[in-house]
Amino acid sequence: MIVGPQHFLVLSAVLFGIGLLGVLVRRNAVIILMSIELMLNSGNMALVAFARYWGNLTGQIFAFLVMVVAACEVAVGLAIILALFRNKDTVDVDKINIMKW
Amino acid sequence: MAIELIRAVDVNWIAFIVLFPFLGFLFNGLGYLVFRERFPRWLSNWSACLTIAASFIFAAIGLYVISQEPEDVYYVQKVFTWLSVGDFRADFGFIFDHLSAIMCLVVTLVGLLIHIYATGYMGHDPGYARFFTYMNLFMFMMLILVLADNIVLLFVGWEGVGLCSYLLIGFWYEDWEKARAGLKAFIVNRIGDFGFLLGIFTLFLFLHTVELVPMKSWIAEHSGQFGHLTVLGVKVATLAGIFLFIGACGKSAQIPLYVWLPDAMAGPTPVSALIHAATMVTAGVYMIGRMSFVYVHSPVALAVVAVIGALTALYAGTIGLTQKDIKRVLAYSTISQLGYMFLAMGTMAFASGIFHLFTHAFFKALLFLGAGSVIVAYHHKEQDITNMGGLSRYLPWTHRTVLIAFLAIIGIPPFAGFWSKDEILFRAFASSNQVLHKYHLNLLLWAIAVTAALVTAIYMTRWMILTFWGSSRTDEETRHHLQESPNSMIIPLGFLAAGSLLAGFLGVPAFFGGSNWFEHFLEPAFAAVPPAEITGILNEEFMELVLVLMSVAAAALGLLIATAAYFDKLFPAEKPGLADRIADKVKPLYQLSYNKYYVDEIYDYTIVQPTLRGSYYFLFRFFDVMIIDGFVNGLAALSAFTGRLLRRFQNGIVSNYLFFFVAGVVLIIFYMGAVGPTGGWAITLKALLKNLLSQIKNLR
Repeated sequence: MIVGPQHFLVLSAVLFGIGLLGVLVRRNAVIILMSIELMLNSGNMALVAFARYWGNLTGQIFAFLVMVVAACEVAVGLAIILALFRNKDTVDVDKINIMKW
Repeated sequence: MAIELIRAVDVNWIAFIVLFPFLGFLFNGLGYLVFRERFPRWLSNWSACLTIAASFIFAAIGLYVISQEPEDVYYVQKVFTWLSVGDFRADFGFIFDHLSAIMCLVVTLVGLLIHIYATGYMGHDPGYARFFTYMNLFMFMMLILVLADNIVLLFVGWEGVGLCSYLLIGFWYEDWEKARAGLKAFIVNRIGDFGFLLGIFTLFLFLHTVELVPMKSWIAEHSGQFGHLTVLGVKVATLAGIFLFIGACGKSAQIPLYVWLPDAMAGPTPVSALIHAATMVTAGVYMIGRMSFVYVHSPVALAVVAVIGALTALYAGTIGLTQKDIKRVLAYSTISQLGYMFLAMGTMAFASGIFHLFTHAFFKALLFLGAGSVIVAYHHKEQDITNMGGLSRYLPWTHRTVLIAFLAIIGIPPFAGFWSKDEILFRAFASSNQVLHKYHLNLLLWAIAVTAALVTAIYMTRWMILTFWGSSRTDEETRHHLQESPNSMIIPLGFLAAGSLLAGFLGVPAFFGGSNWFEHFLEPAFAAVPPAEITGILNEEFMELVLVLMSVAAAALGLLIATAAYFDKLFPAEKPGLADRIADKVKPLYQLSYNKYYVDEIYDYTIVQPTLRGSYYFLFRFFDVMIIDGFVNGLAALSAFTGRLLRRFQNGIVSNYLFFFVAGVVLIIFYMGAVGPTGGWAITLKALLKNLLSQIKNLR
């Protein structure tokens, strides 16, 4: 069996689905952050797969950009979670409902 | 009728006549704005009076210059192009022809005298500079009106004088009654102005110009065509003439729009003299003279003007018979005299109408200023003539000058009013207007006018007896303080008295051996009219003599009747005088006249109240509150309501937000698939996958 782009795409889709599910169903903010990372990386995988398939470097460059964004996001996200934990003594998102009218 | 080749000469001095009062207005206005009551009086005095004097000098020189030219020459000046849209063009331009020359002279001369008088009359008023600001603005607007070379600019002046009239009637605006009188004048004038605007539109629609000179020459060249131009079966000339006359009715206080003028007496007396007697109210007469080239094509419109004028002359006179306010009697007298002028205009005696305007400006301004002098003597505390009497002893100079005006207005020869009024009566009798002839209205109009002359003589004699003659009915205390007015007021009275005495001699008709200079001077300004003639059984000379005797007899008879009726006021008697007994006998008639035929009440009941109620209940309470406010408030309530619903979604749980987000993305994808160009979303997805797979296979 030759490993073609469709395998990468299917893997990417599966990873994206797992990440999405994790974001939606988990209550621990750290896990949610990790799930988001998973979704971003599944996107990266698709980008790299297409880049290789078309013989074009643009996709790889985009993957780099996404990594940068992901790093920033993790930095901010973890900072928020730390701040929350200090104030509320929990990282359960259902218990943190201060973002409302 | 030859088409006259009118020669317009470009000059550059006409604008100065208008400019000076404007400078005075700016100076006083700025002075008042900056310094308020502390603006020095002598500055107001000199700036206001000198600017008018400068205008007067320019106007007088202009009059002299134009009288030296051949009679078909007149002056024009285009200052700048004011409006130019498509084929509509109106310049800020002036025309100084014979008619404007006379009007300018009247306005600036009488205006100057009244300004000087006002420095005395308004001497103790805190709003001194404000008063002269308005007065100068009025002069500016009035001069624009008489000098305008197109009807649109004329309308600007027309509205401008209306504004000043409003401002000056309500000059003492702290008094609600006076502010109300100003409002009434303004609103009643709006009705007339609406007619005036329709007239302008009509003329522009059919003549494609608003400029007077091209309009006049077009009509002169196409007089046959213009005479037959109709719209909806009505002649354009008639339509325009009647619309313009509605405007004149408002401004010049004719039936049915005269009701504002008596109330306008709430303003300071110099204002009544200048605006509501000598100048502004005669604007309607001037306008008809100015548009005479339209009116001569419509005997119907002229007949309307003549009939309304004659009726107003008599009607206002009968109200004047019983009024008690010293200025109100004069106000009704003004309405009546304006009626005479319109009668003259309607019988195509344009020059006679303007002649009466000219003489009336002198003697009516004089009467008003005399009344003002009386009011000052009473320290503004008394205006009821039934409480006066015997003032000739206390105010000798006021009495002497007013006496001349009195003789002029009732038409005793050789005072000014006699010449002009007699001319009008004669021309009404001999009018060549076909419509009047057809219905035999000539004689009727003449009879009405002679009766009005009789009534004029009666109420003016009554006014004189009750105010100046006989014994005083004022209490001892007040009488003690009565004294003659200062020289600044008496000297203008003297000049006006000279005018009332001499102005008439400018228009002595050929019958009396005169040359009727006035009429010949004005001739080029008006449209040519067929000469008036008496188509009667007797010869013309004899008829004319009879008519003159009739009008003098009417004046003399009126004088006698009033003297007999008020004999008890001249020489106090035990029993009540004839006038009181007559009033007692025909109480309903007396009440009718005293209450001004209840016209104010009728207007109030039929027009004012319904309008007010309609405005309050329909426009305000229903339309404004429910429809306009309802719509705006409804929108606000709707967004508040949806907001209250939607904020339920924002419950602070991050997972929920995420769920809605993902659901939204899914919905969008689903929607795009469902309505996409290739059909349902499933099909699209399938096609996409197939395409991808086949591409991959092909690559192999």
